[in-house]
Order: sequence, then C-alpha cells, then structure tokens
Amino acid sequence: MPTLHQHPQTLQAQPSGTPLRLLLHRMSAGFPSPAADDTEDSLDLNDYLVRHKPATFMFNVRGDSMRGASIEDGDKVVVDRSLQARHNDIIIAVVEGDYTIKRLHQQHGRIELRPDNPAYQAIVLSAERPLEVWGVVVGVVRRLKRAG
Amino acid sequence: MNTSAQFALVDVNNFYVSCERVFQPRLHNIPMVVLSNNDGCAVARSNEVKALGVKMGAPWFSLKDLALLHGIEAFSSNYTLYADMSQRVVDILRDYAPDLEVYSIDESFLRIEQVLPLHGGGVALGRQMRQRIRQWTGLPVCVGIGPTKTLAKFANHLAKKQAVFEGVCDLNALSRPERQDWMAQTEVREVWGVGNRTARRLAEMDIHTVLDLRNTPPARVRERFGVVMERIVCELRGISCLGLEDITPPKQQIMASRSFGRPVHSVVELREALSAHVARAGEKLRAQQSLAGAVHVFIRTNPFKPDEPQYNASLLVPLPEPSDDSRLLSDAVWVALRKIFRAGFAYKKAGVMLTALSEARRQQHGLFEDTVTRTRDAALMKTLDHLNLHFGRDTIHLAATGTSRDWRMRSANRSPRFTTCWDELPSAH
Repeated sequence: MPTLHQHPQTLQAQPSGTPLRLLLHRMSAGFPSPAADDTEDSLDLNDYLVRHKPATFMFNVRGDSMRGASIEDGDKVVVDRSLQARHNDIIIAVVEGDYTIKRLHQQHGRIELRPDNPAYQAIVLSAERPLEVWGVVVGVVRRLKRAG
Repeated sequence: MNTSAQFALVDVNNFYVSCERVFQPRLHNIPMVVLSNNDGCAVARSNEVKALGVKMGAPWFSLKDLALLHGIEAFSSNYTLYADMSQRVVDILRDYAPDLEVYSIDESFLRIEQVLPLHGGGVALGRQMRQRIRQWTGLPVCVGIGPTKTLAKFANHLAKKQAVFEGVCDLNALSRPERQDWMAQTEVREVWGVGNRTARRLAEMDIHTVLDLRNTPPARVRERFGVVMERIVCELRGISCLGLEDITPPKQQIMASRSFGRPVHSVVELREALSAHVARAGEKLRAQQSLAGAVHVFIRTNPFKPDEPQYNASLLVPLPEPSDDSRLLSDAVWVALRKIFRAGFAYKKAGVMLTALSEARRQQHGLFEDTVTRTRDAALMKTLDHLNLHFGRDTIHLAATGTSRDWRMRSANRSPRFTTCWDELPSAH
C-alpha cells in the first residue's frame, strides 16, 4: 500500500549546535584574511598549564609555608604525577597520611621537605619515614579579589 | 576470524576502593568497602575486607558488627570521581593501542598485535602499562594478554590471583604445558561468559576446570548450550571469534530510574523525580540519534517493608509519533503518572523507560505535521544538550524537573569530588 509522506529534507537541514568562537584576528574588508583558518584558536589555560592530562590533578593550598615561592593560602596548584620528582622541585608529598606541599631537597643522601618560609621547620626524611611523593607541582592558579 | 590477533585486558584492582585510596592516603591497608546507591550493599571491597570473608553485594546493615570489630570503613559511591579516574586510565591506554574497547568502568580490551614489537613483547608492554597507570593515576591494574578476548580475560584472572605473575600475564610467554597446567588449576566458572548456573550444568557433563572446557569438542558444547558457549570453547582454543566492539550498538531501550533516599508521598515530588529521569533519558536518546515511540513509567513502594501498604504500577504511553523532544516525553510521563498515582503510599522508586526506539534519520514525517516547528524544536533540544554538556549537568532543564531535588539518593558518606569540583579539591599544607 502506498503511503504519503513529505520528503525528509527539512529535518536534515536543521542547524547544528555550533559552539561560539571568538575571532582573534582583524578582518580586512574585501579580502579574506590569510589567518581565517586559525579562527579555532583561542587561549586555553589548560594548554598553558597541563602537559600530561591524564596525570594532572589540582590541589588546594592551605597555610603560608610556601610563601617564599609565591604560593599562598587558598591558591590552587597544578600537580603532574607523570614527572619524576627531582632535587629542588616543589612537590605534594604524603607525610603521616596527610598531604603537604614543600620543596624537595635531595642532596648527599639527605632528603628533606623544605618550606619556603623561615617560620616553618623542614621535615627530615629517613628510612623510618620514607619519602612518599604524590606529584610534582607545575603551576599555580589564583583569582584576585577586588577591593570593595 | 583472525588468528594473528592479540588482545590485552587491562583492569583496575578493586576499582572504587582504589580511587578512594588515591586521594585519601590514610586509607591504605585499612579494611574498607564502597556501598551501592542509597548506601545499601558493598559493591567494592578492599583485599582486607575480602580476607574477612565479606561477599560482593553484602548488605551494609549485615556487616555492622564485623565493621565495628575490624574497623571497616564504608564509603558511599562517588561516581563522579570514578568516572573521571576511569577516563584517565582509558586515555593512557589509548596512547599504547588506539584500538580499544572500554568494556566497563574499570576494564578495557586492547588490540595489541601491531604494537607488540614496539614494546618488546607482551610482558614488557603489560609491565609498562601497569607502571605508567600506577604512576600517573595512582591506580593498581592487572594486565592479561592472549590471542582471543576470552584468553586475555583468563590471563587477567591469573595476573590478579597468582602472585607469581606480578600483575602481568601473557599466555604467549608460557609454554604449552604451563598454560594447560594453569587451565587445569582454574575452575570453569572463572571463564568469561560462564556463570555459576552454567558451571553447575557443565559439572553434570564432568566439565570442572577451564582445561576440561577447552578440551570438550565445540560441537558437543553447542548441542547442550548453544552457539555462545561454542564460541567460548573456540576462543579458549585460541581461535578469535570476538572482535573489539568499538562502536556500541544503539540501545533498544533507554532506562532512567533511581531509588529515593527517603520515602516520597506526593505526586509533585514524584513528578519532579520522573521529569529529571526523562530529561536524562532524552539526552541519551538524542546522543544515540534515536526517536522513542513510547514512554514507560513506573512507580513502586518498598517491597522490603512488607508491613507497609504496597503499591506497584506502571503504564506505557505510546507517543502520537516517534520523538526525541524532551517536552513531549515529559508530557507523556505526566499523563502516565496522573493515571497510576495513588495517594497514601510511601514510594521508594520511580523510573522512566524510553522504548520502541527508531533511528532519527529514517523517520517519516506525518502528513499533517508542521515541519517548521519540528526543525525549531530539534534545534532547541540540541542547544539544551549542548549547554548541559558544556556548563555542567542541569544548567538548563525543563521547569517540571523542579529545583529542590530532595528525593535524590542517599549518600551519607561520599568522599569529595577530588578531581572535578573546585570546592572539593584535596588540600595540602
């Protein structure tokens, strides 16, 4: 039995969900810009801060023990677990079940977690208290509060 | 069929428990479980808890004495965290072998014959993946490798249970007698696709171990159990019958339901819950580019409280024409609910099933249908899904979904969403 139906073209012509993009280049009237192909580029803070996406985590900083390294209370830090911690890296370490953010000092067989603030003591590690690195700090993110 | 194929099955040990431990280092070596929705049953157990004899799915209330005695800690499931960690593992694996099937939240199959030479063989590749996932995510995984999916799964079982393999078992690296020896030592119910019931029926045929099953003529197995079991036997013999399912076939039904955290009495609250469910189901429907022909709605009281009045009803509402429009689906839900709702009951669960699905593109237009409205509606639905995808679930929802969400599932002891929520990041001093 023949059936009546309209041609289904209208449905396929539906507008697609195109994401908004900012144009980062000037358009010169008349000529297409040679940079027109780059309209997809925009500044992405993830690109800037994250090298190894599946290995990157964010931590919240509490306290001022790293003030000397410009890491303040309330800052968010970017932590990359794929990196092998080296001498002088700022790291997240696990000490007695808690997280601490400190600078790794690793020289002449002596391992310490050093604060960057003279008001705090270094944590000295030993065979009884081995170093447990959670990840290497590779960035700091902070939003500034406006006055008023 | 491809006899040169090689598969790896990578799975995370005690996945939910391991996720919790990555972010709460104090939990290492502490007996712990993760509970199902509404904190009902143990759905993940640490090795310490397994050693205490706690079974998968054990109700939490039945464990309270044991928990007190041994200091077992219980966590509500934190699916946001588990989904994020699962994605990270898959991302890492894809770097090793782009040909990958995510089999479940904590296991993936990989096609590896192409990449094996690059890594110096199966054992070396397995160790590398294991080491990298451990370092990058903190999660422990086991790797099983073999020429078929069923054998890779078997190898994974050995990697997990037999300490000698140190988490990586490549069947190709074993001699034939060694392989047969392990098969003879492993019960047949450990084979992928053989359940406990099938195992009992196999026992009647004197098939008890993996090796027994492997050595049974496939034709004989087919007579008694059908082609699926025959395929399992072929796979155990190294003949690859199952490929990677990289494209999941569109679902024939889409279900969205939840138990309430507390009893729900009013039609308003039920409507809110059902609207949220149908909104989620609608998203899934549009994501797989299907149309629903009917909406099935059900509500029920708690059957585990037999002293309370029981009521249990469902209704299928056929749509005037197949649709993926959340507003139409939501209207159908309301029609059904008004018909089946009875006052005076404590409702425990409500759900929506979209059914009679068809492909969106094949849909024929009704003779009297307004195509202009249809196009505009499709665009609206697309925008809705797009906003919810990019700005977080529930950025925009239909008004009927409500704003209170009081009926959501109970999760009394959920850990923070450490990896996806700015306010819940782990803190370091």
